[in-house]
Amino acid sequence: MGVLTQAAPGKMKEKIGSTGGRPVLLTVISIIAVVSFVAAMAMSLFYAGTDVTQGHVQRIFYTHVSSFAGAFVVLGAAVIGGGMYLWKRDVKWDTFALAGIEVGFVLSLVNLFTGMVWARPIWNTWWTWDPRLTSAAIMVLTYAAYFMLRAGIENPDTRRRIASVYGMLAFSTVVVTFIIIRIRPDTIHPAVIGASPQNAEGGFELTSSMLATLSFAMVVWSVFVPWALMWWRIRLENVSERVNALRAKALED
Amino acid sequence: MMPARASFFSAAYAIFRKDGLAEFRSRELIGSMGLFALLAVLIFSFALELNRQARIESVSGVLWVTIVFASILGLNRSMAMERDQGNLDALLLAPISRSAVFAGKLAGNFVFTGVVGLLVALVVTVLFNIPLASGWMLLLLVMGVLGFTTIGTMLAAMTVQTRARETLLPIVMLPIAVPLLLASVRATSYVLNNAAQEIWLPWLAILAVLDIIFLVLGVVLFEFVVEE
Repeated sequence: MGVLTQAAPGKMKEKIGSTGGRPVLLTVISIIAVVSFVAAMAMSLFYAGTDVTQGHVQRIFYTHVSSFAGAFVVLGAAVIGGGMYLWKRDVKWDTFALAGIEVGFVLSLVNLFTGMVWARPIWNTWWTWDPRLTSAAIMVLTYAAYFMLRAGIENPDTRRRIASVYGMLAFSTVVVTFIIIRIRPDTIHPAVIGASPQNAEGGFELTSSMLATLSFAMVVWSVFVPWALMWWRIRLENVSERVNALRAKALED
Repeated sequence: MMPARASFFSAAYAIFRKDGLAEFRSRELIGSMGLFALLAVLIFSFALELNRQARIESVSGVLWVTIVFASILGLNRSMAMERDQGNLDALLLAPISRSAVFAGKLAGNFVFTGVVGLLVALVVTVLFNIPLASGWMLLLLVMGVLGFTTIGTMLAAMTVQTRARETLLPIVMLPIAVPLLLASVRATSYVLNNAAQEIWLPWLAILAVLDIIFLVLGVVLFEFVVEE
């Protein structure tokens, strides 16, 4: 990604805005994200105690829960980005929201796939039409629709405006996914915060080493990883906007 | 002399009246939605091979999925007509608030979809031999249709501005409408199975809360959707 930021030669920079050099903080955050990500993986694989009933399979839960937490945070950030864009009409807020939704989309995919890998040995199936699983799948599809909506609008201002509104509406599916195991009694998905539903399959008690690992993984996945990814994504979007502007200018000349 | 800025209700009513009059003369929306809904119910009953027992269990799902698909058909058409005949621009130029335009379009869509919903309920009652006629069912129908058309009116105003137009509305609307669908289907199947009131009343409450949330969001955000 570093190559992209160096793409513009000096003369062009003054004419059409520039993203400038790479900030030190970004480098620091990226290193922290990578190191803490590896540390969280190592903790969940070696430090956390082995679950009595589920064995080593349970270790995927640290990634599964934390990636949803991360998705929740960045998709929430996209709501703020959308609202701020509609209020201030500054392109940077829409870029912020777009970056949040793309990162959130990927994190929800991580959440879905780790869940499927866990469910195979524990529930004896990759997928079941449980309310929680269904709503999580619908949530991913909603954000896929967001990308289609963006791609379908040519005028950049219209695109940003409508995408902002839809990004805010789409968050309702995240909220539904979060609360559904608390309002649908027929789910088999265990809850981490609060009491699990009656017929939950595969819940467990957290020991202190498990709790420590989960807390650390939560911070890594919902603060460092999305922060670093979003920042890179915003820079990438700025570069591609500049490329488009340069291209338009080159066609003019 | 007309006042410089027509009041919210008179503007919304004027738009509703315009839509109603056009519909009364052409019967285009209700005709196509109604025929589609009728076909959908028949196709569901063939495809699911519904016997007596299965019918009772799946009828609320069939009812609501049919209503949602039919409403998408109508919402697309209603917004495309405004766009194609240039009336959308005229509405936006008019000295009325954007939320009045939203309320007017919503009222029209709500009434047309509601009529089709009643028709579907009637067809299901006759063909599936399941009595749907009760006060609570009517309330559920009104609340469900209100929610779907609220979210649909706003999203149709968005997708009508895209290249893909008609194809995009179901893709953006169905996932957002899932909470409404969930609450409507749950409440309907409890009511049909004569469940105790305290079991399904919470679902009715959820439906009411969702309706209010979507209405408020619609009134607030519609302004940003159509500005130009």
